[in-house]
Amino acid sequence: MRKTLSIKEFVSEVKKGNISVLEHTEQVLQQAEESNREHHHFNIIAKKEALKQAEEAEALIRTGRHKGKLLGLPVSVKDCICVKGIESRAGSKILSGYMPLFDATVIGKARAEGAIIIGKTAQDEFGFGTFSANVGVGFERPRNPLDPSRSCGGSSGGSAGFTALSSFAHASIAESTGGSIACPASFCGVVGLTPTYGRVSRYGLIDYANSLDKIGSIGKSVEDAALLLEVISGHDANDSTSLPEEALPLSSLRWESKFRVGVLRDFFEGCDDAVQKQCMRALDELEKHGAIVEEIELPLNAKYGIAAYYLISTAESSTNLARYCGMRYGLHERLEGNFNEYFSKVRSCGFGEEAKRRILLGTFARMAGFRDAYYLRAMKARTKLIGEFKRAFERFDLLANPTMPIAAPTFEEIGKLSPMQQYAMDLCTVPANLAGLPHASVPVGSGGKMPVGLMLTADHLQEEKLVKGALALEAVLK
Amino acid sequence: MEKETTPGGKEKPPVDRELLLRVAANARLNLREEEIKKFLPQLQEILTAFGKLDELDVSAEKPSFQPLRLENVSRQDSAGKCLSQEDALRNTKHKKDGYFLGPKVV
Repeated sequence: MRKTLSIKEFVSEVKKGNISVLEHTEQVLQQAEESNREHHHFNIIAKKEALKQAEEAEALIRTGRHKGKLLGLPVSVKDCICVKGIESRAGSKILSGYMPLFDATVIGKARAEGAIIIGKTAQDEFGFGTFSANVGVGFERPRNPLDPSRSCGGSSGGSAGFTALSSFAHASIAESTGGSIACPASFCGVVGLTPTYGRVSRYGLIDYANSLDKIGSIGKSVEDAALLLEVISGHDANDSTSLPEEALPLSSLRWESKFRVGVLRDFFEGCDDAVQKQCMRALDELEKHGAIVEEIELPLNAKYGIAAYYLISTAESSTNLARYCGMRYGLHERLEGNFNEYFSKVRSCGFGEEAKRRILLGTFARMAGFRDAYYLRAMKARTKLIGEFKRAFERFDLLANPTMPIAAPTFEEIGKLSPMQQYAMDLCTVPANLAGLPHASVPVGSGGKMPVGLMLTADHLQEEKLVKGALALEAVLK
Repeated sequence: MEKETTPGGKEKPPVDRELLLRVAANARLNLREEEIKKFLPQLQEILTAFGKLDELDVSAEKPSFQPLRLENVSRQDSAGKCLSQEDALRNTKHKKDGYFLGPKVV
């Protein structure tokens, strides 16, 4: 296996004919299969399909007709994003056997640029978790490549884990509802980019919560993650929540540090000392390179973000998950009993524990008599929380906070946390997600032996500013 | 859990076993006894923590069903591509004569 190249370097070598896409893909698949025995980053490795794509790419390269930005690049995809003909289960037993008949829009865009889709990555069932510990019934938990007794983070755990582990150019198409790109990027020491809500099409995404879900990218560097995000962004008529803005040339941006950066003081409180120290050190470096770094508080988001997020996300997910009933796709049981009995039987054995907990919470929050007190109140609170962010962006270009309050914990430590304690771990990532704001997690050092990520957040549709700031962080810390 | 009231004075009923089973029935979930024993205190803890939202005055706010303002989108009312009947049935084991086969309704 060669030294790890950036995506641009890799594609350049492929175009020059110095790397055979077919041979490279064979090596990549072999490494993925070997590492998966211990690390479980993939729910499915799509060997046959990947080799077929590689052969097709080689044929096009020979004729000189392929100019793709991701030519020959092995790309992994979170399990909740539909890939035609490859079992797509969102990490859930209830979608066992589901073979999408179409590609999600993001997959079509990546393929059009020459990407080779190598498999579906492990995740918390439907995205319901912070540690990729809440995998569906019969699934394995992905292991942190730096220490297999620890979590990769969640819910896009396999995407971040394999990006950190792989010794070749690789990036992953991931998805965030409340922090599921930033958190695993932070725990695995890679870069996660989550766009503005609506910047990337959700067509073909197996929904968790419609008003929160965002497809984004995970890469070994800011440039890699930005290039993949550039490729998958843009308006899509198939997604009614897709924004009209076209894709931005994110991968050609240069670093810039002359930003006004607001440090979210209340998000630092409660973080481990090592996490605080690494994040402050990074911000000090940024300041030395010309950034104006000042503290700011977002008290409403800090205090009410978690409650508003979980009420809204569980309410939306409980309606989305109502479609899984063992009739049209996924898990099937023997048809017996009336429809209520049959649907209940399939759902009771197909959903894992956390999925059931969130369905119950969400159903409760939407039920007659409770809807106004819980769901609607959370939606109104969201308006206030978004307003607080908007006022902050009148003063600052970027906001900064630790991505996670801790470095990657062990599975034993996670097992001791109650569900509410686990939800509270999302304090730093949930507010930006609730407000649909673009954000990045960039590795800034380590707490003990595990990586620490700093999260930058920009105003809606300010991805260029976000990427320039993330590039600056990476550059000043080198 | 003790009864709570919202700022509007409306009473929130306690989350008890009976309510949990009603919610589960609505969600088409059969809970095992050990699941009921596990979920009930967890849901009580979670909803008590979320009750914090009651402190926030939202009386003047409109709900944000989306984080950004969205425009209504409509397309020409003309036939486009869609799944063939055969493809629509490809992922199910329960089919008959070109239709989905479902459980008994009555």
